[in-house]
Amino acid sequence: MGLRNDLASAAMPLSSAGTYHSGRTTAEVPILEIENLTVEFRQRGRTVRAVNEVSLSVFKGETLGIVGESGSGKSVLCRTILRLLPSPPAFIQSGEIHFAGRNLLSLTEGEIQSVRGAEIAMIFQNPMNALNPIWPIGDQITEGERVLGRLRSSDARQRATELLRRVGIPSPELRVDEYPHQWSGGMVQRAVIAMAIAREPKLILADEPTTALDVTIQDQILALLMELQEATSTTLILVSHDMAVVAETCDRVAVMYAGRIVELARTADVFSQPCHPYSLGLLQSIPRIDAEAQSLISISGQPPDLAGFSPGCSFAPRCKFVAPECRNSKITLREVKPGHFSACLKAENMVEGGRL
Amino acid sequence: MSSEEASQGNLVRHMGGELYRWPMTLKIGSAILVAIVLAGLFAPVLTPYGPFTQDLSNTLLAPSPAHPFGTDNFGRDVLTRVLYGIRINLPFGFFTTYVPLVYGIILGALASYWGGWCDSLLMRVLDVTIAFPFLILIIVIVATLGPGIQNIYLAIFLTAWTMYARLARAEMLVERNKDYILAARNLGYGPGRIVFRHAIPNVVNSSIVFSMSDFVLNILLLSGLSFLGLGVAPPTPEWGAMIAEGRDFMLEAWWISTLPGLALVGTGTALCLIGDGLAQRLGERRYALI
Repeated sequence: MGLRNDLASAAMPLSSAGTYHSGRTTAEVPILEIENLTVEFRQRGRTVRAVNEVSLSVFKGETLGIVGESGSGKSVLCRTILRLLPSPPAFIQSGEIHFAGRNLLSLTEGEIQSVRGAEIAMIFQNPMNALNPIWPIGDQITEGERVLGRLRSSDARQRATELLRRVGIPSPELRVDEYPHQWSGGMVQRAVIAMAIAREPKLILADEPTTALDVTIQDQILALLMELQEATSTTLILVSHDMAVVAETCDRVAVMYAGRIVELARTADVFSQPCHPYSLGLLQSIPRIDAEAQSLISISGQPPDLAGFSPGCSFAPRCKFVAPECRNSKITLREVKPGHFSACLKAENMVEGGRL
Repeated sequence: MSSEEASQGNLVRHMGGELYRWPMTLKIGSAILVAIVLAGLFAPVLTPYGPFTQDLSNTLLAPSPAHPFGTDNFGRDVLTRVLYGIRINLPFGFFTTYVPLVYGIILGALASYWGGWCDSLLMRVLDVTIAFPFLILIIVIVATLGPGIQNIYLAIFLTAWTMYARLARAEMLVERNKDYILAARNLGYGPGRIVFRHAIPNVVNSSIVFSMSDFVLNILLLSGLSFLGLGVAPPTPEWGAMIAEGRDFMLEAWWISTLPGLALVGTGTALCLIGDGLAQRLGERRYALI
């Protein structure tokens, strides 16, 4: 109990301090709408459902966090939006993804190509692999614009320098001709961000943008992302397994477990009053610097094998509060209080009592 | 403007640094190869004789200051013919190596990038080609089409690309799953741009290293075919043909066969050293030749 209050008070000031947090709520215009999306991977007769009936709206200008442990379907969800998954083995079983009045899943390959990079950009987890090792960084940053014919080759160097300065690379005019291996991970990630913002996309998908970086750099990169987002009012989807990262940066959080969204709410609400036992478990497992030394609280058990479908809640085998009906009845994401969605049968109990 | 000058200065320094980092094998091999190329280019200046000039009063002369490599059974200067031979053997090796290299890599990389039936088709073609010993295949094609240098080119162009397609395919299988390729797709680039600008430059290393040994083998192949009478016609100063012509006089005049043979060995060694040095420099040690 005390723990959760502490978390709430830790998250609250952050959520009210940022300028983009306060001004946003008035116009909640969805920019991306995912409806009932199911993605399966099939190989050698084995079917794994990586994303399971996910519905999600992302509002214009907001930062949405997607958290969950490895294998919960976060990255698959992101890559499905841009149709980057190879098929086979990946199959989009059902669902629609609406973006700017179009269903991304029904576009032709040529049409989706013009969406990638121009309207939706993606930032990858490991910056050191995200750039081609054999071309100068400046070249790669402006390549997208040059391909479109929006930028003349003679202006490209200038433009690259400008973008690198924008993302905080010191003396960019000297650095623009260097190669990825000459830069540190944090700097390359800045260059990758420069590439992502070069064509002013409406939506940026950041797939664990800071996971491969050390903590101090992580902080700088997040601050940079936030600052850029504020300046350009881009919508940002931030995928992370790190609750702290999400708490610092996101307006809303979607918690994913076993391919489903189990909780979706404003960041402060998730941190102060999680309405799903899995979110609660995640919050409790954050090590605390101010608590007395004790062993970390973890969620017991393993994430489920996504190959076997069970009708009930997939968290049931690991849940401390499991009841017989959890295993049998179909569980859907429902609004347990305004703007707060949960996929737990007992969510109301959690809301009222603060605990089960 | 100043930044451009700076970048040019960088380039010069970069080139200097690059040369400095070359392994010794690469330096020595390149030096020998450059010397051979220059000798071929300046052959008319280096020797007073012509490659076809017969001097029947001076046949089978042993090496001497006037004829450093001696003369053959028609009184032709062997050194002159070896020098002019460079003009035949080196370009032959070059074109039979690098023309198939280009389309071999492109085919292998494209098939591998697209995968599926495209890749399967390529693999079956490769399997069929590789099922026959390379030399036998060439001899069959040349014997069918008739001897002559054009037919040898054709035979090699038909078969030699398979090795490069194999190498490029294997490297591409690794490369195409790397994040920067995904990132390039994710920036909306088309498959052509991704394969040619982003992927292929990253898959050529092993092919370039391999091409050095292929270069040697192709020169040897031409010499071998000429030796067998399937290659160039007799008066042409081709090294293999010269070795073949000299074998009747092996006991009385060893220099007619041996010295063109040494030229062949020298060229081969230079190319192998370059291949080995490149393997080191490009970080492809697994393809080291010596």
